[in-house]
Amino acid sequence: MNTNVTAKGWALALILLGLTVTAYKAYELGLPLTPEQNAEVWTVQAQVSFEGAGKPAKLSLFIPENTPGFMLLDEDFISSRYGLTIAKTHENRRADWAIRRAKGDQTLYYRISVARSNLKIDWETKPDFPEPPDYPEPYASAIKAIIDDVREESADVESYTLELLKQLNSSAPNENVELIRDKATSVGQWTDEIINVLKGVRIPARTIWGIDIIDSANNAILRPLLQVHNGDKWLTFNPETGNEGIPNNYLVWKVGNRDISSLEGGNDLGINFSLTRTYTELIDVARQGAANRDSFFSEFSLLSLPVQNQNVYQLLLMLPLGALLVVFLRTMIGLKTFGTFMPILIAMAFRETQLFWGVIMFSLIVSIGLMIRFYLEKLFLLLIPRLAAVLVIVVILMLLISLITNQLGIERLLSISLFPMVILAMTIERMSIIWEENGAREAMLQGLGSLFVACLGYVVMTNENLMYLIFVFPELLLVILGLCLWMGNYTGYRLTELVRFKGMLGKEVP
Amino acid sequence: MRLFATPRELRQRGVLGMNQRNSDFIMRYNPRRLYPLVDNKLETKKLALEDGIAVPELYGVVAIEHQVQDIASTLADHQALVIKPAHGSGGSGILVLDGRMGKFFRKANGSLLTIEAIQHHTSNILSGMYSLGGIPDKAILEYRVDFDPMFEHISYQGVPDIRIIVFKGIPIAAMIRLPTRDSDGKANLHQGAVGLGVNIASGETTNAIHHNHHVNQHPDTGHETSGIILPHWDNILRLAMQCADTVGLGYLGVDIVIDRNLGPLMLELNARPGLSIQIASGQGLLTNLHKVESHKQLPTDINARLQFAKDLSQPEDIMKVIN
Repeated sequence: MNTNVTAKGWALALILLGLTVTAYKAYELGLPLTPEQNAEVWTVQAQVSFEGAGKPAKLSLFIPENTPGFMLLDEDFISSRYGLTIAKTHENRRADWAIRRAKGDQTLYYRISVARSNLKIDWETKPDFPEPPDYPEPYASAIKAIIDDVREESADVESYTLELLKQLNSSAPNENVELIRDKATSVGQWTDEIINVLKGVRIPARTIWGIDIIDSANNAILRPLLQVHNGDKWLTFNPETGNEGIPNNYLVWKVGNRDISSLEGGNDLGINFSLTRTYTELIDVARQGAANRDSFFSEFSLLSLPVQNQNVYQLLLMLPLGALLVVFLRTMIGLKTFGTFMPILIAMAFRETQLFWGVIMFSLIVSIGLMIRFYLEKLFLLLIPRLAAVLVIVVILMLLISLITNQLGIERLLSISLFPMVILAMTIERMSIIWEENGAREAMLQGLGSLFVACLGYVVMTNENLMYLIFVFPELLLVILGLCLWMGNYTGYRLTELVRFKGMLGKEVP
Repeated sequence: MRLFATPRELRQRGVLGMNQRNSDFIMRYNPRRLYPLVDNKLETKKLALEDGIAVPELYGVVAIEHQVQDIASTLADHQALVIKPAHGSGGSGILVLDGRMGKFFRKANGSLLTIEAIQHHTSNILSGMYSLGGIPDKAILEYRVDFDPMFEHISYQGVPDIRIIVFKGIPIAAMIRLPTRDSDGKANLHQGAVGLGVNIASGETTNAIHHNHHVNQHPDTGHETSGIILPHWDNILRLAMQCADTVGLGYLGVDIVIDRNLGPLMLELNARPGLSIQIASGQGLLTNLHKVESHKQLPTDINARLQFAKDLSQPEDIMKVIN
């Protein structure tokens, strides 16, 4: 009894631990529990063009670094003959292209794919407090008046900025405000003026530039937002409306007021942004955006592995689920199969061929193999050579099936390279022995049982939701382990035993 | 008839399920280190001979491929014999030769085999075709039991054998497995042999099942199956208890045959005996298992144990326990 309690205790502990970590990741880190079938992915393309002067040219372009509200999935530089270096400046990234001789029209592209994300990304930099500038008159007194007005109404950096923006953007401005307003002819300049005013009270402020990502467009423009630092983090405001926060569809492109691109050794520099919307599976989005997270759990996440390794793990992680299924079907239901995990390996093979063709393939190869195996029996071969012969025959059968289906134009069956031939050969061998020893009925029963478990395994192991769930929350493996321990202690009747022992009912219980 | 029984109904009848058999009895009472003693029939035979337990005579062992050729001489010495794998399970790989017909050998079912076919079968055994996990095996050549004439009318070819479950040294259930035409002369219930319950207390046969259905007659001979009193019953029970003592397994299946001349012989032992015996005897194993388990002090003397086992399985006693 004691061992039962210990096992149950472990099972419970593991299940709880797995679920707790999952819940933490889902609710605290904001990892979605289900994949949305299609996540919106935006591709922003910056096209930079200039006229080469027939001499060495250097072109720089600021490219996104911190993108709150979005995760960076992928980026591309299309600039065939140019040398490319990516420089990290204080708060930005800059792509520097260089070429020895540029003549005629030159066009370079930078392309970035982003998707919405609810993960928090922030700027880590802490600015120094600016020195109050010496404003020239008449601005000095105007700014001083505004500063004093606003100070009356505010408590901290945030409320100060809000109040300042309210006054500066007031629909009934006083003359001081009007004086400053007249200086600015664009939103960018207007933001600069606000920053200038903020310097007067030693509040660090800066401009960020970004693109509104709302609809596909060929001529997107960069638009500025104002950021102030409250000693702890950067707060973002719309310089014209005073709305706080980075808008939902605003992709931050660069920080600061330096020109988005600059050119040496050429003329007519032009830049154009275009936006396209595509859809992709959320698991890809989650996977590619992993680099942008910083949390213990996400740093140790499978999403931070190289993509080709991830694919292997995605397959690997489904195996325990298949094993759990086998445990359930055998100890709770009581199904009979060839070998314990053979059906799961068959199910993995079905992934390549899809279920329908997989089942056809399996049945075809096993039945033809079985017939040949019965003939081999008459040749009195030793076991190992006979097994090898069956294996060779299985390979030949698969080759034939591939060639025939290729002629018929069914491409599905060409991708059977992963079909586990050794396992098929062993299945044929075991089935033929059971056929001889226990009769055709038992052999068919176990064969169909295996096929059934394989199909079920396929359904479970290719379920998109489950694949996503286990891949993003691998701690669920602890839950699976716990369930295995739990079922390992199950001493009740198997479902099939209820049928098997129904004959016992003839005896009345007094 | 109903399609299934409810777990409650099965529990009331003390039916032992596969999961519980494995975890509460086999894992608890059968130490793994003792398995080789019963899994290897050669080892079992050796142990039995040391302890004076009656077994079919060993004619020879084929251990390596090259000895397969030598079978011919052993075959020449004996009219009938059995070739079986040392590590076979569930009666697989057992070849019973009843006699000769010219240069052919006659199988139990009457079909004829050439010497080559027999040699091929033997090398299959050696290469591990019938052993658990396919590990290389040995082939045992032994005396073919000449079964007691009393079984003639309730058996179709093959040898009927008696399966006794011995728990902690006490026989708690018994049945006879009768080969049928369906089972191809094999005494395996899965393959269509008839399972015939035997009352431990009296050695009298009770109800029978065939393919999981109750029957009253042997399907091939049509002979009544109930009410047969088995000869040598006390000796059979003693033999079963001796086997359990020798091999040291707490939960053991003992297979015994009754030879016309030699009396009861132990054929093989099983550390994981099947559960069909419950259907054949119409009684769940759990009832007796729990009764034996609840006894702090079981008798040690073999005759005291025999009496204990008989008292345990008295019909009126069963009623008491169920209530």
